[in-house]
Amino acid sequence: MRRLESREDLERLREEALSRQPERFISLGMGTASRAHGAEVVYSALKEEVAKRGLDVPIKATGDHGLCGYAPVMVVYPEGVLYHSVKAQDVPEVVDAVGKGEIVERLLYTDPMTGKTYTYEQDIPFYKKQMRLVLGPMESVEPLSIEDYLCCGGFSALAKALFDMKPEEIIQEVITSGLRGRGGAGFRTGWKWEDAATRPDPVKYIICNGDEGDPGAYMDRCLLEGLPYEVLEGMIIGAYAVGAHEGFVYVRKEYPLATRNVQEAINTLRELGLLGENILGSGFDFDIQVVRGGGAFVCGESSALIASVEGRVGEPRSKHVHATESGLWGKPTVLNNVETLANVPFIVNRGGEWFASIGTEESKGTKVFSLAGDIYNTGLVEVPMGITLREVVYDIGGGIQSGKAFKAVQTGGPSGGCLPASQLDLPVDFDTLDAAGSMMGSGGMIVMDEDACMVDVARYFVKFLTEESCGKCVPCREGLRHMLEILDRITQGEGTMEDVDLLEELGYVIANASLCGLGKSAPNPVLSTIRYFREEYVEHVRDKKCRAGVCKALVHYEIVAENCTGCHICFKECPVDAISGEPKAVHVIDQEKCIKCGICKDVCKFDAVKVV
Amino acid sequence: MAGATVDNLGQSVKEVMARYGNNPARMIEILQDLQDIYGYLSKDLLKEVSRQTEVPLARVYHVATFFKAFTLKPRGKYTIQVCTGTACHVKGAYRVLERLENVLGVKAGETTDDLMFTLETVNCVGCCALGPVVIVNGRYHGHVTPAQVESLIKEYRER
Repeated sequence: MRRLESREDLERLREEALSRQPERFISLGMGTASRAHGAEVVYSALKEEVAKRGLDVPIKATGDHGLCGYAPVMVVYPEGVLYHSVKAQDVPEVVDAVGKGEIVERLLYTDPMTGKTYTYEQDIPFYKKQMRLVLGPMESVEPLSIEDYLCCGGFSALAKALFDMKPEEIIQEVITSGLRGRGGAGFRTGWKWEDAATRPDPVKYIICNGDEGDPGAYMDRCLLEGLPYEVLEGMIIGAYAVGAHEGFVYVRKEYPLATRNVQEAINTLRELGLLGENILGSGFDFDIQVVRGGGAFVCGESSALIASVEGRVGEPRSKHVHATESGLWGKPTVLNNVETLANVPFIVNRGGEWFASIGTEESKGTKVFSLAGDIYNTGLVEVPMGITLREVVYDIGGGIQSGKAFKAVQTGGPSGGCLPASQLDLPVDFDTLDAAGSMMGSGGMIVMDEDACMVDVARYFVKFLTEESCGKCVPCREGLRHMLEILDRITQGEGTMEDVDLLEELGYVIANASLCGLGKSAPNPVLSTIRYFREEYVEHVRDKKCRAGVCKALVHYEIVAENCTGCHICFKECPVDAISGEPKAVHVIDQEKCIKCGICKDVCKFDAVKVV
Repeated sequence: MAGATVDNLGQSVKEVMARYGNNPARMIEILQDLQDIYGYLSKDLLKEVSRQTEVPLARVYHVATFFKAFTLKPRGKYTIQVCTGTACHVKGAYRVLERLENVLGVKAGETTDDLMFTLETVNCVGCCALGPVVIVNGRYHGHVTPAQVESLIKEYRER
């Protein structure tokens, strides 16, 4: 690849790329989630079929399109015809239709709530309510194709920053934009940059935090996998603004594809002269290294992450001195989340004022959420700040699956909380969610229906945090352990009413006496469930009852005689031979032998096994 | 790992360190690469890393035991990871895990005696739409139910 020596070289390459960019192409989502759904087989089949018919329709293997629950998803451009759950055997029919300009009706998206079928991507409610800014180029860009990214205006913001703006002007734009950190804490990015930029030390660092540890959150994975150039462009601009010449992208080891794509994208940028010495002939030098995380949730915390980049264990330290003053190897360090950096090129290109016009008073721009749980449209969504939870859950998420009742939406991962139906009209922004006892966090949003037990969910998060606490602060290390013991007791039907009060008291101490964000926010899942779902705790304690049928010690399995057809399947599948009954006769579960594994309920086709 | 003598341990450590400019600050990645080669971090290996990086053994051990990525025991031929992220949890991942524990006769974090399977949990693999997710040596299985566990294990055992 030819090295770009100037801004003109970049623009020339862009023009060449644009002249080669096909109008008609098929975009197939190929991120981790799609691959798990068999997208690779579909991709080979598509390639083969298109070649066989001699069609001039390129196939782009892009990042995940967002509609993960319906993967593999493919879109035929320029019309935007969307097909979902495509299998290899569907491919000949699809390619045939593409060649003839027809549509394969049976693979179109049908709204599960209204039953209406949509032909075009842009009409589907899941996409319609979204505002896809950082995710915008996802469907038309092959993750590692520099040409594709240039065709979406890629690196024009970098050129503008390097040649038309002074570093302090960039920082001013970011301050004006009101951009706040997307990793969870919501600190103002512009202030962070300004603080680092004004430090006299000539050596500074910038780190991109891709240690996305929140269970149920995968925004950063999708961005790093699907649009690595966008994130890197934001990072180079950030480095130029604060005066850093070395940067690190810290990626979670559980994300092998993201690690690979970022590394290869960096290699390409080096070849092109968009990284390395004298970027685009501007005189600015900057290079990036990829660092793989070691798999510790606490390393998402800035000081722990920095320690781990230095090769030490990820233990946070007190932050009376900010990383922007003394961070990595004692040097001024800016640490930004993946999504935060992906927003930067847009701010530079369109201006801080434009960005600030989106969102609410204190939370500007858009936010990417990973929507999961008991809803129809699981996937990655990007919405303007200030949209209500209800709009996200019902209009975009398509509502609760199989007609069950909504119970709670969990935001902010282990640092966040569970919000009930009464809070569904809250606008989604940093401060409102905080005030409601939850948190925006990095953007995980998990919807739970009536089958989720809130005490169990609280226990789940506390167990997670007990394992992930680094152990440095006693209140977090020991306090969480005791919270878990109490929650274990309650879920086993051995709790007392005092236990619930004790949980609140412990939560208060842990939140106030821990050093880092992990400990400070650790009690949120417990406190928020007590606040909104106290009656479920009371039922577990007083009535020894788990209304969702989740807490094993409080439930047992029974066969409903009226529904049992004697099909004998549960008899065959029961791993402990606890079910007796002759074929075609009503079966019975021996409660002494039953281990409550639930297999009988899973295999029963007649709804004859119930949890009592 | 059978057959790995201290001599070729020394050579591997040297080669891996060279990848990272012999910079002991890249300890986590050095250990990750070594674990990719040997499958786990043996006592001898950690000692060798300490010797060559000149980082005290206690510090190397601290890192090797702090991060989830590392294991100090030999692993099975197949690593079964059960995603216990929030979305998988509410979809019943704990029931799948329990069934796996019963079928394999080991707890999460352990390896079967025949060195066929290592069972572990992972906090989230970011494929929430597929929950509960079970990953066997990098291959994803979605919407796994406890009833499918036995045949899944059988499939891998008979490969």
